Amino acid sequence: MSAREDILKAITANKPALVELPVIDSAKVIQYNDIVQQFKTVLQSIGGTAIELTDLDALKTELEAKKAAGEVVVNRIAEIGTVDNSIAALTATELAAVEVAYLKATLGVAENGSVWLYESQMGNRLLPFICQHLVIVIDRNSIVTTMHHAYKQVDTAKEGFGVFLAGPSKTADIEQSLVIGAHGARSLIVYIV
Amino acid sequence: MSKVLTHAEAAEQFIADEPRTDWHNDTLWFVRQKRDKAAHGLPEWEQLREWASQIKNHTLSNLDQYLVEFEKNAIANGITVHWAANGEEHNRIIYDIIQKNKIQKIVKSKSMLTEECGMNEFLHGKGIDIVDTDLGERIVQFRKEPPSHIVLPAIHLKKKDVSDTFHEHLHTEKGNNDPQYLTEAARQHLRKKFVESELAITGVNFAVAETGGFVVCTNEGNADMGTHAAKIHIACMGFEKIIPKAEHLAVFLRLLARSATGQPITTYSSHFQKPREGQEMHLVIVDNGRTKQLGRADFRNSLKCIRCAACFNTCPVYRRSGGHSYHTAVAGPIGSILNPNIDMRANADLPFASTLCGSCSNVCPVKIDIHEQLWKWRQVLVAEGYVDTTKKIGLKGMAFVLAHPAIYRFAGRAGRAVMRLFPFVLNNKLNPWYKQREMPAPPKQSFRDWYIKNIKS
Repeated sequence: MSAREDILKAITANKPALVELPVIDSAKVIQYNDIVQQFKTVLQSIGGTAIELTDLDALKTELEAKKAAGEVVVNRIAEIGTVDNSIAALTATELAAVEVAYLKATLGVAENGSVWLYESQMGNRLLPFICQHLVIVIDRNSIVTTMHHAYKQVDTAKEGFGVFLAGPSKTADIEQSLVIGAHGARSLIVYIV
Repeated sequence: MSKVLTHAEAAEQFIADEPRTDWHNDTLWFVRQKRDKAAHGLPEWEQLREWASQIKNHTLSNLDQYLVEFEKNAIANGITVHWAANGEEHNRIIYDIIQKNKIQKIVKSKSMLTEECGMNEFLHGKGIDIVDTDLGERIVQFRKEPPSHIVLPAIHLKKKDVSDTFHEHLHTEKGNNDPQYLTEAARQHLRKKFVESELAITGVNFAVAETGGFVVCTNEGNADMGTHAAKIHIACMGFEKIIPKAEHLAVFLRLLARSATGQPITTYSSHFQKPREGQEMHLVIVDNGRTKQLGRADFRNSLKCIRCAACFNTCPVYRRSGGHSYHTAVAGPIGSILNPNIDMRANADLPFASTLCGSCSNVCPVKIDIHEQLWKWRQVLVAEGYVDTTKKIGLKGMAFVLAHPAIYRFAGRAGRAVMRLFPFVLNNKLNPWYKQREMPAPPKQSFRDWYIKNIKS
């Protein structure tokens, strides 16, 4: 424990005089005329796809067709079919076979095209990252303007893990050439209902 | 071990290949332009920088309390917290966890702290190999090179270099330079590593005192692929990564990716709060000179840094000398004000690797006065005797001449005459100012002579 005591003691001795925290006033930040449109535009610009739907019937049909064709899919959305609840205990090797995962997100953020997922919505922390393709559903009225607004609604301490996820996995590490599908999902479709 | 070149010596080698230097310069400027576009898209950009700066200033002024609060909450979340006074202790803590659990398969996502501590080399010396999983880091790891940039580790390499490296290590097609093809090869190679990994090591972007949780940001998803697959997760952080509350994440996540690459946010901003069922989660809090820097009033606010690398991309010296010239884990302008604190003698050259143009300070999302600190470090290093004597004698000579007008005027006349009559005296390799430039044509008269003749008469 000596390193801990030494570090804390040195910080106490060396820190500057106390200065106040600023007040973060979200009234001072950007506003959009149409936050749904803004969300869609940004998500497209970062490699994702955003589609507005009036109901989930088409998605339900798609899921049934994929299952019938024998594709490895995981569904976590009750409105479109049976929820796969047994995935928490799956190993990485087993999850690596998942072709498509269907998830429901808490909210979307208009300024950056991200969605918030709690661990409980994923069913397994690894799922949204290891699946080849990701389909996420959000409520139209859950879209907020900025991250300031998002953190007012999300409680990061509520569950063991959560993520702001914005678009498919990507990299530009080879000569700044953008490649979609680095390690995580190769594609992301967000349905706005 | 070979002698470490100074920044100027290494930069000289870097710029020997002129087309490549131009390409490096243009590539990083392109990233800087993307940053500008993203920043200009938010009318509150300057307000955000001010908030970020104030939050970090406040945090530094109450850091001991926040660390204690963070530790208490993290432990309550089921995270094991370790403290390390320096790099060796940090490496030892990780080694002990590996030993205790008899771990053989380890993946690591990007962590500049582990680079700073020399963790990979330390563990390699113990017969333990780590797989770097960020694509750029994997590329430089195959090539046995350090990263040359904290966000874009392989920015000094061209497609062909990567293709050759992958051909050698991953048996990709010789001469296939397509980034899509090469990335896919790395994806397949690293998926195997993720799935079989027993331990995942990550860095930390932000640690939140109020919740005891921490945030890790990546675009590739490599941090998540590792941590959610492995039975043990170790996250490593310098103690300055603390912020007070979760709501402050909004400010920093809005600034970080926009400043780094011009993206509105990284693809994955992962919030780790508790280990998953059956998983062990460790967090190592490291000092390694940071308490000393906190005590240096002129330099402490360098600890506000969020490692976005905007100062690298804008720096005319970085862009034309490459990251490896800085011979430290964190290169660029921010590295040049952080590294003299860690080792003044070894890093005395770095604060001089700057034009003091101030662009770094202008783009910094947390408003660190980087160029002013570069200038102040120069003074400290000269006063402490770490600057080479020729530079010192030259500066003293200049100070003497500038303080004596008659000598200054005589020297000016003599210099102009020499440049006109005997140009080869200056236009040769012994004159450092002649390197990479032509000497200007000497004026016939000085400004003073011109002024006396034209204005006074």
